Amino acid sequence: MSMSSWFAVRKELGPRPRFVIGVMSFVLPLLIWSLVSYVPWLWHPKVEIREPGGVGYFKPGMLVDREVFDKEALTAEQQGKTLPLGDPANPIYLPAPHEVAIAFYTAFTTEPKRRSEKWLHESLWDSIQVIFWGFVISSMIGVPLGILAGTYHFMSRLFEPFIEFFRYLPAPAFGALAVAVLGIHHAPKIAIIFIGTFFQQVLVVANTTRKLDPALLEAAQTLGAKRLSLLFRVVIPGISTDLYRDMRILLGWAWTYLIVAELIGSSSGITWFITQQARYKNFDNVFAAIMMIGIIGLTIDLLLAWLGKRIFPWQRQPARN
Amino acid sequence: MHHLELPSYLEQSPEVRDRFTRLKQRPVVLEVKGLNKEFESHQGQVTALKDINFQTHRREFVCVIGPSGCGKSTLIRILAGLETPTSGQMLIAGEEVHGPGPDRGMVFQSYTLFPWLTVKKNVMFGLERTGHGTFTAEQEAMQWIDLVGLNKFADSYPHQLSGGMKQRVAIARALANQPRILLMDEPFGALDAQTRAKMQSYLLEIWQNIDITILFITHDLDEAIYLADRILVLRAHPGEVEELIEVPVPQPRSPEQFLSAEFLATKKRLEALIHPPQSEEQSSADHLNMVRMVSLDDEVESVF
Ligand SMILES: Nc1ncnc2c1ncn2[C@@H]1O[C@H](COP(=O)(O)OP(=O)(O)O)[C@@H](O)[C@H]1O
Ligand SMILES: [Mg+2]
Repeated sequence: MSMSSWFAVRKELGPRPRFVIGVMSFVLPLLIWSLVSYVPWLWHPKVEIREPGGVGYFKPGMLVDREVFDKEALTAEQQGKTLPLGDPANPIYLPAPHEVAIAFYTAFTTEPKRRSEKWLHESLWDSIQVIFWGFVISSMIGVPLGILAGTYHFMSRLFEPFIEFFRYLPAPAFGALAVAVLGIHHAPKIAIIFIGTFFQQVLVVANTTRKLDPALLEAAQTLGAKRLSLLFRVVIPGISTDLYRDMRILLGWAWTYLIVAELIGSSSGITWFITQQARYKNFDNVFAAIMMIGIIGLTIDLLLAWLGKRIFPWQRQPARN
Repeated sequence: MHHLELPSYLEQSPEVRDRFTRLKQRPVVLEVKGLNKEFESHQGQVTALKDINFQTHRREFVCVIGPSGCGKSTLIRILAGLETPTSGQMLIAGEEVHGPGPDRGMVFQSYTLFPWLTVKKNVMFGLERTGHGTFTAEQEAMQWIDLVGLNKFADSYPHQLSGGMKQRVAIARALANQPRILLMDEPFGALDAQTRAKMQSYLLEIWQNIDITILFITHDLDEAIYLADRILVLRAHPGEVEELIEVPVPQPRSPEQFLSAEFLATKKRLEALIHPPQSEEQSSADHLNMVRMVSLDDEVESVF
């Protein structure tokens, strides 16, 4: 396959280039990160001290700016002291890939510093629970409401103007209120995920419902379908595939509210872990934790995509050439 | 064609005349009385249909033909109960009807099979809505699927079928409810010529063998003549009945009749009605502005 066919407008790639390019989308950023981390003359604005030499305040392992190091080295040379030795290094907030990879493992195996603190997997589990309940409660109300608003103009006029207004209110703004009403445990965090998801959800689901081909509804009516059977036998199955896709996207949005939600009240979950590690300047752990969120999110999405193909066998399979 | 000496489309052979006499003695299935439809649009009121009156008899095949925008779809949608008329009545077997119902089946031009249901479940849809149990619904559905020759596809989903097969399922689905009348709005309009010809023969075969009255909209003159007992010709702006033509081509129909004198005579009449000779003013307004755009020293000489 030639390069030019890679850029044909809206043409699908063959299975091989499709796979290779998909992998590349992860490899490229990783490659840039590795280059910046491992090629000493790329960036590396700091110097890590190996031997303090004659410089009094240098300590082995210390990070100093390159200019400071050069200046001190020059001074030492002029004063005839032993020269300090050092290696080019990146700032502490940019750990190298292998450090993050190691942190990935050690973060799970390191015992918490205090008895009352949680292991990483416990923190992650807390986060997943907050997302899950926030999203499920939002969906239990938001999806039926959205379908009703998309089906009946009456419902649309009754709910949508207010929801349009409310969705502009930033969910984190309700943090203090949520704590006052719901206490300091999971409940206010779930409430923030709920507020962040619910209003968008109703509008998105209502729009999806409105996009159902009206000819299908008309055909059903000429076949004898009445009010309820129209809703349950035509509208709901008719939008189910699009609804499922919406839910995947909305779940992604719910994840973006996680960090804010977990900062509310007493910080918890993966956010607590991240802020804690940042305080100890363990940025490799911070990176590992941020990536864990990404990996969990992506895994769930892929799982849902895979599941979707099995739940909806009538969906046109993408052409495989 | 116009150089041929054709008989008048009003001339009927004794058999054909006899058939029409018998046909008109059959009970009336659909009666439309003084039907009017006006749409409110941004440009103001549009009269889509004005004072439509006609009757169709049991097991009759009526085609509705007319220029684009004359209100054919509006008429059939009113009959199906999907639009409400501004005034007027429609009676099915003598009883006035309002709103959609399973006594009037409809096949649309766009494919309206439910994509989430298999062919069999699609055909069962109406049966289940009208109070049949799953078991009887399934059995009856299979009979209708058999009738349209799609046994092998009973468990396929609509996206796996060709356009022609989808419309066959749509016909089976509409017929399964055993409606009084089958309403069809350009059902073969989106099909290629070959498939369309096949579908026309299938439809005639189905119509000949079961108790069904068909109202069929088309803008294809040949299709109308080939299929119809009578053709309702509509005029545009406002949509009015121009003429109700009794097709003099004998039944049962076959594709060879496309070149028969009766067929051509009817076609000539329809053409005169639907594409009337244009006035000087109209024809001068609507033409290409063609200039010669071939280079003068082109190696390829003109063949015109
Ligand atoms: N929902 C509507 N609102 C306003 N005008 C309409 C509507 N539906 C149809 N019309 C108008 O009514 C006329 C008849 O339309 P239609 O029945 O679709 O014609 P046909 O099927 O013969 O092409 C057209 O002039 C069209 O613009
Ligand atoms: Mg039309």
